[in-house]
Amino acid sequence: MRGGRGRPAPVSVAGGVVTRTDDDARLPAPAPRRRSKYGLAPYGFLLPALLVYACFLLYPLGRAVQISLYDWDGLSLATFVGAANYVDVVTDPQLRAAFGHALVLIFYFAVLPLGIGLVLAALLTRARVRGLGFFRTVVFLPQVIAMVVVAVAWRQIYAPAGQLNTLLRAVGLDSLTRTWLGDFTLTLHAVGLIGSWVSTGLVTVLLMAGMSRVPGELYEAATIDGAGPVRTFLSITVPSVRAEIVVSLTLTIIAALKTFDLIYVTTAGGPGSTTTVPSFEVYRRAFELGEVGSAAAIAVVLTVLIFLINLAVNRIGEHER
Amino acid sequence: MSTSPRRRTVAAGIGVLAATALALAACTPGSNTAPDATREPTGAAPAEVRTDISDAEKQTLVVWDQEVRGGQNEQMERLNKAFMEQYPNITIERVTQSNDDLQNTLRLALTGKDAPDVAQTNNARSQMGQFVASGQIIPLDDYAEAYGWTDRFSDSVLQNTRYSTDGKIFGEGSLYGLPQVGEVVGVYYSKAKLGQLGLDVPETWADFENQLGTIAEAGETPLMLGNLDQWPALHVFGPVQGAYVAPDEIRDLGFGNEGASWASEGNLQAATELQDWAKSGYFNDGFNGADYDATWQAFTKGEGVYLIGGSWLAADIGAAMGEDVGFFAPPPTDAGAGRVTTGATGIPFAVTSQAENPDVAAAYIDFVTSEDAMAVLAETGNMPVVETAEHLPESGLQRDVFLAYDDVATKGDLVPYLDWATPTMGTTLGQALQALMAGELTPQAFADTVEQDYAEFVASNQ
Repeated sequence: MRGGRGRPAPVSVAGGVVTRTDDDARLPAPAPRRRSKYGLAPYGFLLPALLVYACFLLYPLGRAVQISLYDWDGLSLATFVGAANYVDVVTDPQLRAAFGHALVLIFYFAVLPLGIGLVLAALLTRARVRGLGFFRTVVFLPQVIAMVVVAVAWRQIYAPAGQLNTLLRAVGLDSLTRTWLGDFTLTLHAVGLIGSWVSTGLVTVLLMAGMSRVPGELYEAATIDGAGPVRTFLSITVPSVRAEIVVSLTLTIIAALKTFDLIYVTTAGGPGSTTTVPSFEVYRRAFELGEVGSAAAIAVVLTVLIFLINLAVNRIGEHER
Repeated sequence: MSTSPRRRTVAAGIGVLAATALALAACTPGSNTAPDATREPTGAAPAEVRTDISDAEKQTLVVWDQEVRGGQNEQMERLNKAFMEQYPNITIERVTQSNDDLQNTLRLALTGKDAPDVAQTNNARSQMGQFVASGQIIPLDDYAEAYGWTDRFSDSVLQNTRYSTDGKIFGEGSLYGLPQVGEVVGVYYSKAKLGQLGLDVPETWADFENQLGTIAEAGETPLMLGNLDQWPALHVFGPVQGAYVAPDEIRDLGFGNEGASWASEGNLQAATELQDWAKSGYFNDGFNGADYDATWQAFTKGEGVYLIGGSWLAADIGAAMGEDVGFFAPPPTDAGAGRVTTGATGIPFAVTSQAENPDVAAAYIDFVTSEDAMAVLAETGNMPVVETAEHLPESGLQRDVFLAYDDVATKGDLVPYLDWATPTMGTTLGQALQALMAGELTPQAFADTVEQDYAEFVASNQ
């Protein structure tokens, strides 16, 4: 009684190919007729959403692109300077450094949490531990806390007389105590680790969801074939969560590249300019220095960069599937 | 997998973007917000100035201030109340924000439709300077004459709110605002610690420097500094610079006017000395990564002997340490000479060019900076910018601070905050000082870095 009670005809999607059932006969057929039947109506339904989208996203985006072509202090009439602001982005060593710092943060926000998350998720799904929900919550918790709160907390942990140094002294590792947020080589990495702490939970939970869908028979078969835990992890677990890996990389890379609050609260770009990031430069130029055109140019470049990197991640993820 | 539908989607997206951009291209940024192009940025005040506003029509005066802390907030509320009692036809709508927030939002507000009538506007070129140049605030010279502000305030105070009408020269020209309170950067010290070490309050700069060595040898931290946010080191460098560089030269550097150089001998000496202090361990460990507030709080709990900081900390430090704390202005190079230090005025009140009735706005500014207002300020624990000595507290830290300010203002030189100089100077100098004190920059490289910012601005400002 397929489609018997006037339910819509089931259409199954498998492997990206739409398989039509024999109820297709009742469906309006081929493209040309469909267009004539519905006309512009579908677009009419889209219109409200499109308007909202255009107002709040496309218009500001277009405006940002436009402003980036001007030299504007935000107060008086702007002067058109063409691509000069973009040339600045490329030639200003301090700005280039800021983009470099953002790339370093990708390692801490995305790559490191992925590594930790894979192992953690595998352990939590494979080992039948009691109170799994509890561990899941604990691991996910940093993700729930607002970044500003996280930053304030870590600023205290990293303080010269903060918890981290106190702990190191307590266990006799005095030689390892550092000025975590005031050291010219160390601070970017110290801030990056905060990002790892935050991202790991999200990545772990995503991967656990993926891993829980892997059929147990696969692992049984692998065990019978004599594969050890490492072998099963690499040959079964990791390949079967490829989609989740792509999603988590997408999310965390975006988070890394647009980091602002973390830097603003913990170091304000210091010491020197060793932890400045593009988003922070956007804020500083637009609101503190009155270089709105330059700020917009950085923002546009950052947007394009985020777009490209994530396009690449998704392409690679899809192709390998 | 066919890519053509995706290509089409992308193409359509680009098309929409392009269309949006074209639709926008018609209007230049700023064209709808900048003041009327036909009006000169000299923003001439109304031809006739009225000081009696008691018969002005019933209206609301919107005032944006950043007087959010205890005593600051109290004085503002009392003065506003008194003003509304005197002028029942005027209602004050007060909007308060922290200093940082005000600096960020004021710029946007001035270009919008709901600009305040009166707003506290930072003296710096990045604020007041840009507002003057773009005609967003009005010159108050006519009001100054009508109300006699030039008699009430000394020239050294007023120069901090003077700009040429095109915004290019800072420190002279038209008057654009009036402050309520005075500020001075000096040295807080623990009386008990200084006594234990057998030291007296230093009378000369050389004394002070020698004491730092003595204190360090005794195993104490000579100077407390929390420089995580970069700007606190500016307030330490200021007094050191005052010991080596002539006040007029510092003024040019601080106002961003031409005629001085960061690469001068005196600035190099000051930078070298500051670096030596850091290298010799005169500052607390990890000062570049230490929080500003946490550090002065640590000082009140007995860490360190000296803390170089601004008078704005006096209320809190005094409350925490009671009689155990004292304050002095940085000692002069020759005993008995006038002292030179960073400081000036609190954030001045300015009248925006969108003010509904500039006469009312100016009358308000006159009211909150009047002699009566100064008494209210002193009563609520603030340091009046004028007649400071007349409102001297009986005792305690506040008394020390008032005396130090009066001494510097009348006998010595209050030099401007160094980050006022150029829109980017706060960042440039803050970063360079962190690097200098961490040994990442030599004094020469430090001076070159800062000079580049200063010189570029001076050149572009011609």
